[in-house]
Amino acid sequence: MIILFWFFAVLAVSSALLTVTRKNPVASAIWLIATFFCLAAIYTLLGAFFIGIIQILVYAGAIMILFIFVIMLLNLGNDYEPDIRGHVWKVVAGGTSLVIAALLARAFSGELPAPLGHVAGPASLAAQTADRGTVGVIAIPLYTDYMVPLQFTAVLLLAAVVGAVVLAKRKV
Amino acid sequence: MSFFAALGRPEVLDLARQTHYFWALLPEIVLTLGAMLVLIVDVIHKGDRSEPSRGSIPVLTLAVLAATALANTALFGLRDVSANGMVAVDGFRTFTNFVYLVAAALCIAISMGYLERRGIMKGEFHALVLFATLGMMLMGGSRDLIMTFIGLEVMSVPIYVLVGFDRMDPRSSEASLKYFLLGAFSSGFFLYGIALVFGAVGSTNLTYIAETLGTGTDHGHERLLMAGMALTLVGLGFKVAAIPFHMWTPDAYDGAPTPVTALMSTGVKAAAFAAFVRIFAVAFADAGAQWVPVVWWLAAVTMVGANLVALTQGSVKRMLAYSSIAHAGYLLVALLSGGDTGKAAFLFYILAYTVMTAGAFGIVIANSRDGEERVTLEDYAGLGLEKPWLGAAFSIFLLSLAGFPLTAGFLGKLYILRAAVEGGQAQLAVILVLASLVSYFYYLRVIVVMYMRPARSEGWHAGAGLPLAARTAVLAACVVVVAMFFAGAVPMRWAEQSALSLWRQPAPVAASPAPASLFR
Repeated sequence: MIILFWFFAVLAVSSALLTVTRKNPVASAIWLIATFFCLAAIYTLLGAFFIGIIQILVYAGAIMILFIFVIMLLNLGNDYEPDIRGHVWKVVAGGTSLVIAALLARAFSGELPAPLGHVAGPASLAAQTADRGTVGVIAIPLYTDYMVPLQFTAVLLLAAVVGAVVLAKRKV
Repeated sequence: MSFFAALGRPEVLDLARQTHYFWALLPEIVLTLGAMLVLIVDVIHKGDRSEPSRGSIPVLTLAVLAATALANTALFGLRDVSANGMVAVDGFRTFTNFVYLVAAALCIAISMGYLERRGIMKGEFHALVLFATLGMMLMGGSRDLIMTFIGLEVMSVPIYVLVGFDRMDPRSSEASLKYFLLGAFSSGFFLYGIALVFGAVGSTNLTYIAETLGTGTDHGHERLLMAGMALTLVGLGFKVAAIPFHMWTPDAYDGAPTPVTALMSTGVKAAAFAAFVRIFAVAFADAGAQWVPVVWWLAAVTMVGANLVALTQGSVKRMLAYSSIAHAGYLLVALLSGGDTGKAAFLFYILAYTVMTAGAFGIVIANSRDGEERVTLEDYAGLGLEKPWLGAAFSIFLLSLAGFPLTAGFLGKLYILRAAVEGGQAQLAVILVLASLVSYFYYLRVIVVMYMRPARSEGWHAGAGLPLAARTAVLAACVVVVAMFFAGAVPMRWAEQSALSLWRQPAPVAASPAPASLFR
């Protein structure tokens, strides 16, 4: 716990610093998202699961996306310079995605937990909360039973981004 | 289908295992990847320059649609034994998927040439059409209300953008804004309806809802369920453009670029209707006492009202918009007829309707010029004599829409009438016949004007025509419309099998699920 706390705390402060020092507004916005994620992790460590989730959903999700949309549509990011430079980072990025792929493969090859909706009721909810925690009760169905809707929500966001750019950008 | 089996497709899917979704969603996955591919290829072509996209983009888009259709054949004969899958694995989904793909392919084909003329030849157009098609497939093939809603949004958001794709045209932008605001509103209705249904039944899974209502036990939430059904009905009624939820339709159809109008009146409508069938005629089947009278009136008012208003329209595009509202009424009759014959008639009609409507809009495109939409009735005067092929094709599509013998529309209406009479909806059948008689007037008027009246001026129709690919597509649509009359038994048999699979119980439900509401 202590190690995790310090890890996220240092990460939060350094991403906050990066937020204010970046010249490119898009990069600033992305570092701000990183800050929000770290804060959410700290909330979760404190046991305030609900606030942690809301932090990610509302701030890092909805509001920051709006920020980025406005920045991009106002063409503030013209003096853009790539933030991923050098081969080392490319290797790190590739390695991370491989690790994630391996973890996903491991998670989905085994037996999956029973869905929440079909054996519901207060008793079942209480038992599951005790078993998985308040986050698990939300997260496990989200990434198992509702995996497909979740994936296609991502497609929805992609389509919305394409549409917004087509309608709003001066030259496409 | 041994091809897919050789690739490792299981014979029976169990969607409780996540990996089986790769097979259940194969067409959707192919389509998603294809849409992204179109976006990327377009960007690679253009680089930093802002210029019209290359002619290979629509070809690539059609190839993606063909690949999706191929992937769709992998669903033939598959079934799912899980209790709570997100997507339905049945013949109904396979059939309707093909309908959306045909609608999208015709939309892309008739947009060739048109986009260049209006100066909106951009790869994003094609990618958005593909995304909208993906949404249709998700919406029409879902087995869970959450999935239906996400499909609805994946379909609608690209369509909002496509309606306003010509940013320089104020009518296009206005139509887009109008459609977007009303559409967002109706999505809200739909979502709230889903929440109330979940509250009443305890699940968003359509199979589970059907079983809970089918047991006939008092689940104690009658009013909540009724409110949920009412709100869901509003959301779906908006998307299928049934009166009184049709207010947006004429303006949005009129202002949108014509290929988008074709897609909206075919694919979008088909997807919304497929979801309508799944939610109301299957999941809420045993609560029919509550919703059937309401939908009965919707159907009657839609058929009568739309046909009467269509009589007064001077613009062919607006006339086709009202005609599409009227056809929503006919399809509602098929939905109300119930049973397998009703579903089969619905599937047959939606296929016929898609082909003939998209074809008719293809002719509207052929008659337009650079930046000028020639859509008034007078603009069509003399077309039949100066451009005999265009005139003949348009006549066939219009006759089919009217339901004239020797066309698919006639056979489709016949099937719907038969199903309606068998299903005990004889009054609706009578209304349908009378409404169709009214519709003959405005369809035939266009044909009369095309052949009997002289053109506005010498050489008025000189520039009318379509590029080769679009011409081929329209010709193919023409052939299909006629062939579906003479060989109607073949698609009808397929439709009947698909309708049957819709009713087959997917699985015995796992050990007595608790009567479930989280908040009880």
